[in-house]
Amino acid sequence: MKRTNTWRSKLFVLLVLLFNYLPIIVVVVYSFNASKYGNWEGFSLEWYEKLFRNTQIMRSLKNSLFLAVSSCALSILIGTAGAVGMAKSRFRAQNLLENVSLIPMMLPEIILGMAYLSFFSILQVPFGMVTLIIAHTTFCVPYIFINVQSRLVGLDPAYVEAARDLGATQTRAFYDVTLPLITPAIISGALLAFAMSMDDVVISFFVTGTTSNTLPLQVYSMLKMGVTPEVNALCTLMLLVVFGAIGVFYLLSSLRRKAR
Amino acid sequence: MRERELSSAPKRRIAPTVWILAIWTFLFVALPLLYVIGITFLEKDDVWGITNVFTLENYKNLFSAVYGKVFLDSFLVAIATTVLTLLIGYPFAYFTAKFPPRVRSFIVLLLMTPFWINSLLRLNGWIILLKANGVVNVSLQALGLIDEPLKILYNNGAMMLGMVYALLPFMITSIYNSVEKLDWTVVEASRDLGASPFKAFCTVTVPLTVPGIVAGCVLVFVPSMGLFFISDLLGGGKTLLLGNLIKNEFMQARNWPMGATLSIAMLVFTTVFIYLYKKVTGAKTLGGLR
Amino acid sequence: MQMAQPILTLENIHKSFDGTKVLDGISLSVLPGQFLTLLGPSGCGKTTTLRIIAGLETPDEGRVLLNGAEVTKLPPEKRAVNTVFQNYALFPHMNVLKNIAYPMKLRRVKKEDAARRVEELLSVVQLEGFGKRMPSQLSGGQRQRVAIARALACDPQLLLLDEPLGALDLQLRRQMQGELKALQKKLGITFIYITHDQEEALNMSDLIAVMNGGHFEQIGAPEEIYEHPTTRFAAQFIGQSNIIEGVVASAGQGSALVEVCPGNAMVVPGAFQAGERIALSVRAERIDYADKAEYGFTLAGVIKMHSYIGGVLRTTIELPTGQELLITGANPVSKYPAGCRVFVFWDPAVAAVVERGKAE
Repeated sequence: MKRTNTWRSKLFVLLVLLFNYLPIIVVVVYSFNASKYGNWEGFSLEWYEKLFRNTQIMRSLKNSLFLAVSSCALSILIGTAGAVGMAKSRFRAQNLLENVSLIPMMLPEIILGMAYLSFFSILQVPFGMVTLIIAHTTFCVPYIFINVQSRLVGLDPAYVEAARDLGATQTRAFYDVTLPLITPAIISGALLAFAMSMDDVVISFFVTGTTSNTLPLQVYSMLKMGVTPEVNALCTLMLLVVFGAIGVFYLLSSLRRKAR
Repeated sequence: MRERELSSAPKRRIAPTVWILAIWTFLFVALPLLYVIGITFLEKDDVWGITNVFTLENYKNLFSAVYGKVFLDSFLVAIATTVLTLLIGYPFAYFTAKFPPRVRSFIVLLLMTPFWINSLLRLNGWIILLKANGVVNVSLQALGLIDEPLKILYNNGAMMLGMVYALLPFMITSIYNSVEKLDWTVVEASRDLGASPFKAFCTVTVPLTVPGIVAGCVLVFVPSMGLFFISDLLGGGKTLLLGNLIKNEFMQARNWPMGATLSIAMLVFTTVFIYLYKKVTGAKTLGGLR
Repeated sequence: MQMAQPILTLENIHKSFDGTKVLDGISLSVLPGQFLTLLGPSGCGKTTTLRIIAGLETPDEGRVLLNGAEVTKLPPEKRAVNTVFQNYALFPHMNVLKNIAYPMKLRRVKKEDAARRVEELLSVVQLEGFGKRMPSQLSGGQRQRVAIARALACDPQLLLLDEPLGALDLQLRRQMQGELKALQKKLGITFIYITHDQEEALNMSDLIAVMNGGHFEQIGAPEEIYEHPTTRFAAQFIGQSNIIEGVVASAGQGSALVEVCPGNAMVVPGAFQAGERIALSVRAERIDYADKAEYGFTLAGVIKMHSYIGGVLRTTIELPTGQELLITGANPVSKYPAGCRVFVFWDPAVAAVVERGKAE
């Protein structure tokens, strides 16, 4: 059997991809539309200008970036430490701990959100950046944990043993061998966690404070209000950043491949 | 080699770094969830959210007609979303896996890229397309096909569109992971033994990719009950989903115990679903996620 | 005989994993410069023995001595022993140079000295110019050489090799066997080598330890192991052996007549008592058959079949007990066709008694 596609299946793939990109294309086009409404009234950069002057959006963007970076860093620490430690440990509640720590990934977001709302209220923790970081770190940890864990499972123990055999202490072997070998897993987990944090509406909705609006929440409230061409401009800029990052990533990896 | 696998000593040992995970998990996963379960047994308070009075009223209320309808609606929306994403996602993943490797990874990249952009910003694209003075209506009017703008935004159709749009990539990646690992010689063998392409697909390909299908279904079904913002923004809040209801109980009605009870009900609901998934596939974790 | 200090001594080592006994009281001593091979089927405990010597496992009982000093509880990094791992365990994120220099980096050897040593080692294993390659860019044989170079970097007194040729194809295997042996002779380092391939063991070793079920069946030079196996297992694991059991019918001076079944007897050298039950191992290529027995044998049989397997003719002969003997002969054609009744015999000196005990 040949593994080829007919023109019809190719068309199908194309159409689904188009469906995926249709709203994004529309947003990009409309970010340059002089009119606020559906009809096209000519090219304009007005919304970009307004976007940068919109202090609310800018502040929420800054908040979101800060939130994503710090919860990513924290979850890298907790997830990696957890996965590495679990691989070396053997105790009764190990399965329980693993399952409970993965709950945030399986749970509908809204449940975690409202759990935090009630939990932080009773403890009288003021809602704001701190609660946001705690919440985001919690739902990011499983992504790092799972990634690192599956890498560790696939890692031949002989590498560490070889390092020990050649004269490295346990700690030294971890830094020289284990850590470099699990770094790709940490990075891919962290990228996912970063994206999840930047995208989260539901959980943030419950744990945010008055001074710590995140970008998704800001966009949510603007979209509920009505027409918001600045949001289109913002989306276009983010698209540019994402495509730029992917381009740089591919360039770097192809350069590295050539260098070998 | 077998000797090495056995080398796990039966002795109990806990690496110190485990405590970091254990403490965090206890404080910020276990405790809040236990607390939520606790407050489902308490009466509501307009100022503090909860009182200290024990009651089973909240669980009784679950079975009232209003909540029953929301549960049913959410369930139907979740099922419809799952079926639709499966119908679109399976052929897409299947065809994609048949492309040459370079094209394949490019398609996957294209599919996943929008994920890095906030989903609200992308949903905004649909609003622009569908609203009364949006792209679709303006174009149709310009072409003279319609006189009045169609009401295509703020209804269940638009909400379903948003749901499918937001969750389709989860379905596709899960199935794709399965299809890509498929041993095509098995399919060839069934053709060799006399199966038509369609028969081979139904009797060999699909059964072998069941783990991916089920993983995709869980990944779509579970969140689809809680994505309140899609119903809010595209559905115009016409259909109250479980997610909307929980949000409203907390934010507007300030009936925390009821909100918590609804959450627990939802949790039980999804847990049963995930349990069935594990039963069917015998998987230890959500395979599609790996 | 001069008593050299053994470089390695194992004393009564026991080890269990999760309640399963893997090593059941093994003892061993190795002299400096020897090439010792641990030979046995998979799961016999040879890898565990090696890991205990390297310090990667701690024995439950018993002692490990290096140059007379006890190291039983010493971690691997503190032992002057290095290992070539089964799949080489080259660090995939370091190139060849960095892999080989790694142990020197740990010992804070000066950069220039380390670089010089790496070049030297690369030339020893004939991989000059491969320093910048990553392990993934090397062939199996090249990886194996890098692993050896890395293990040699700090002049270990003892080199442990865990089936280092297991992943290579037959031709390369044979070539590498010769190279490894030559390298060992040149460096004068003691090698402890693991394999389950008898040909490899016989070809390379000074001393072979046949292992089975967590203990040593026999330790000896290759010829000794092959010609005079002392246990049933050792006889059967190496070469093609026939194990024949019988009861001593009459014992004479220096030899005995052993009856396999009434009227069928073989001659066995050694001092025995009448009535003793013994098991004999005879190599397939040492057995002969004819219409008349020699050496006083009265062992009859029927030829079941001949098969030519390239170079030798393999003949199966059924004894009256029903046991089948496998015989290989250099002559591609036999005088006696299948179905023929013949007498079986051999030079009594080539048989080895692998079991003896009182008859019930």
